Amino acid sequence: MSNASAQAASPPWDEASITEIRRDMMRFARMRLRDSGAAEDMVQEALMAAMKSAKGFAGRSTFKTWIFAILRNKIIDHIRTSAREISGSDLVGRAGGDAELADFDVLFDQRGFWNSDDRPETWADPEASFEQDAFWTVFDTCMNNLPEHIARVYTMRELLELDTAEICAELGITNNNCFVILHRARLGLRECLENRWFQGEVR
Amino acid sequence: MKMMNCRDAAQLMSERYERTLSLRERLSLRVHTAMCDGCSNYGKHLDVLRQATARLREGKTGGDH
Ligand SMILES: [Zn+2]
Repeated sequence: MSNASAQAASPPWDEASITEIRRDMMRFARMRLRDSGAAEDMVQEALMAAMKSAKGFAGRSTFKTWIFAILRNKIIDHIRTSAREISGSDLVGRAGGDAELADFDVLFDQRGFWNSDDRPETWADPEASFEQDAFWTVFDTCMNNLPEHIARVYTMRELLELDTAEICAELGITNNNCFVILHRARLGLRECLENRWFQGEVR
Repeated sequence: MKMMNCRDAAQLMSERYERTLSLRERLSLRVHTAMCDGCSNYGKHLDVLRQATARLREGKTGGDH
């Protein structure tokens, strides 16, 4: 692609960079929405909004940061609207469900220590993994493997950076419930990443 | 004081991103992770998850462009 000086001189929204930014935006949106139709609409809207007023941007990275901020706000609005449609009590009920508890409990033995198969191993060079497209495909898969209500809370917390109090209020659940759901999200995501990515790397 | 198990340690390691742990919690966690490789790795992995989600927020997923 173009070198650094050419990039700085040309507008940040030339066709090649838009294609690339659009790809990253779709990944960002799909992971949060699980509805590729809605994700596509939102990316399109954000791109249009950004291009309408993108004149003031000197470099591509500022442009990208800004366009992702637009997208993030659109997704937060969307999640807020849809979160109101599911009742908080339903969420709490399912979070405490026996089947699911058993699912995550299976990682530990009766005394609460890691089962030898599930004990976290050393991960070689995560930074290098971040640079690979294949890693993000696995990350995407692992997010999608989480139960939906768990993924929703985790998404609000880590990908949209809302704080726990705000998420609880939004979903009508207690702080403690929020903590438990986030803990399960991390347990599940970590386990999946180790099995599908890092394990193969180390061995 | 009863020795903390891995299940409780993992939960506290997650909760420390959400709230300030008490001194007692921090101490038991430190004692446990000092002796437990699994939990010591778990703590590092949660940091990796944090870094990964920060990258996602900034759209920095994939090779250098
Ligand atoms: Zn342990």
